[in-house]
Amino acid sequence: MSPQVIIEGLLNGALIGLGAVGVTLTYSILGFANFAHGEFITFGAYAALAIAAVVSALVVGFGDGLGPLSIGPALILAALFAMALTAGLALALDRLLFTRLRGKSEAISMVMASFGASMAIRALIEFVFTSRPAYFSRDLQIARPLGFGLKATPNQLALLLVAGVLVVCVHLLLSRTQIGRAMRAVSENPPLARASGVDVEATIRFVWALGGALACASGVMLGLLVQIRPFMGFDLLLPLFAAAILGGIGSVPGAFAGAMVIGIGEALAVQLAGAEWRAAVAFVALIAVLLIRPGGIAGRKP
Amino acid sequence: MTVDLLGPLAYASFFLVMALLNGLVCLGLNVQWGQTGLFNVGVAGFVAIGAYVSALLTTPENDGHLGGFSFPIIVGWMGAAIAAGGVSVAVGALTLRLRADYLAITTFGVAVVVQLIALNAQQLTGGAFGIAFIPRPFERLAASPVLYNLVNLALVAVVVSAIFVALERLARSPWGRVLRALREDERAAMAVGKSPARFRLQAFALGGALMGLAGAMEAHFIGFIAPENYLSTLTFQVWAMLIVGGSGNNLGALLGAAVVWAMWTISGLLISDIVPPAHEARAAALRLAAIGVLLAAMIVVRPRGLIGERALVSRHIADADASS
Repeated sequence: MSPQVIIEGLLNGALIGLGAVGVTLTYSILGFANFAHGEFITFGAYAALAIAAVVSALVVGFGDGLGPLSIGPALILAALFAMALTAGLALALDRLLFTRLRGKSEAISMVMASFGASMAIRALIEFVFTSRPAYFSRDLQIARPLGFGLKATPNQLALLLVAGVLVVCVHLLLSRTQIGRAMRAVSENPPLARASGVDVEATIRFVWALGGALACASGVMLGLLVQIRPFMGFDLLLPLFAAAILGGIGSVPGAFAGAMVIGIGEALAVQLAGAEWRAAVAFVALIAVLLIRPGGIAGRKP
Repeated sequence: MTVDLLGPLAYASFFLVMALLNGLVCLGLNVQWGQTGLFNVGVAGFVAIGAYVSALLTTPENDGHLGGFSFPIIVGWMGAAIAAGGVSVAVGALTLRLRADYLAITTFGVAVVVQLIALNAQQLTGGAFGIAFIPRPFERLAASPVLYNLVNLALVAVVVSAIFVALERLARSPWGRVLRALREDERAAMAVGKSPARFRLQAFALGGALMGLAGAMEAHFIGFIAPENYLSTLTFQVWAMLIVGGSGNNLGALLGAAVVWAMWTISGLLISDIVPPAHEARAAALRLAAIGVLLAAMIVVRPRGLIGERALVSRHIADADASS
């Protein structure tokens, strides 16, 4: 087994983690498992792809990579725009679908509605972009030795850094700011939060926007590391849920830790059993956590 | 009868067999969701388990994959129901005591893993090429598609009707009453001494077994299975059928299956007729989007579906009401 598993696992864990943070937040604050979250990832990646193509066509030189990276100003701009767009998609979906069901019916009908939305969004993406895989860049990147037998491409290192910064920011946002306190209050007890002057609806909108933006970041990362295709987010859904449950629903550091466990587990599975079995890792982790500690690593009793 | 009429008749009976088998999956989902409120997002996985188990039990010996026990078809059907029911028991035992969404997530995982095994465990499942030469009931008649389809339609109709009648009786039985009581008000049901976990587990297993049986019957009718038959699209279709028809109502489940399957088939024919081949993939994607929108819109606008659930009371209570 080569130590390279660590790099692969960390990258994989980082992109699962960015998605899982959104899943765990919507789950704890809105009270349902959102099956359309995978499509936020896909939508984000395609949105960034389309915007990057436009920007690099309009501005000379923006499409070129920065230094050793294949990521250029065009893609950075596009990723930021796409994050806003994906946040908008999440808000629009909430407005169209979930607001109408909230409070009126059981949480499980929201799960079902999200399931229908997931299919509709994915099929529409496939309609526009077809199912042919797409790439942000065709540049070939050479992995450089890092010592200890590890190798990584400049892109991989940059993405790890960005993912780490994003997660620390989200953690600080939740633990140190007013909106973070409001989110935790709504998650604990919505009526009490409302009575204490928290704008519950605004908090819910903020959660959707944050979840969508992070899912987009995950999608761009996945697109840079592997490829962009309509099923990319849907295929990531089981790892997202497994990471969120493993970490304990509602816990951002927990979701990220869970994502790392699954990410490294998948990298190990690819080495030991072959790439085709990778998707089984999340399922095994899910079953194990449900058997042993259904509340998750950091969570309370479900 | 002229030859011109035979083609449409063969097609119509083929369509009806498929609609009834989809209806059977839908009946299984109705036991789980409609009557008990258990959300299964891995329907395709349970159908696939049934199809593969039955295929392995009944196919003749073969170098390509394991199995090949040459058992009679009826053994395959029963094995399929038992296997899918058994997996349902395992999933249910693990998740039914936890929050409702955990069941949804775990069943989703089951479908992913079943798909993975179907695709990659070549020794067991034939991999991407699937399993062919699955014995078909009334195989001797296969030379005449009309006769073959009609006789199979009769067989499927008998099995599905029997199951329908049994499920209707079950829904009116004390057992069915407990399920609805648990769905509506778990605490009240517990207060009169009903164990939620046990009844839910039974309902989940029964529904899973029906899905497995339907998968097996379809496999034997067509004679060939492959992993791509059991993608998440199938789960979406079955859900759309139940929601459109009216969850909680067995007749609604069958009606929804027929309506959605008809819409699906006709739109498929239209796409291959009207749309140029270069754009067929896109048109198919649009068709899937339409199902997703339909599903979400029904939940918001008309959660009862076309028929919806009727209030069921036991016969003796209705009689007592009438006589008083």
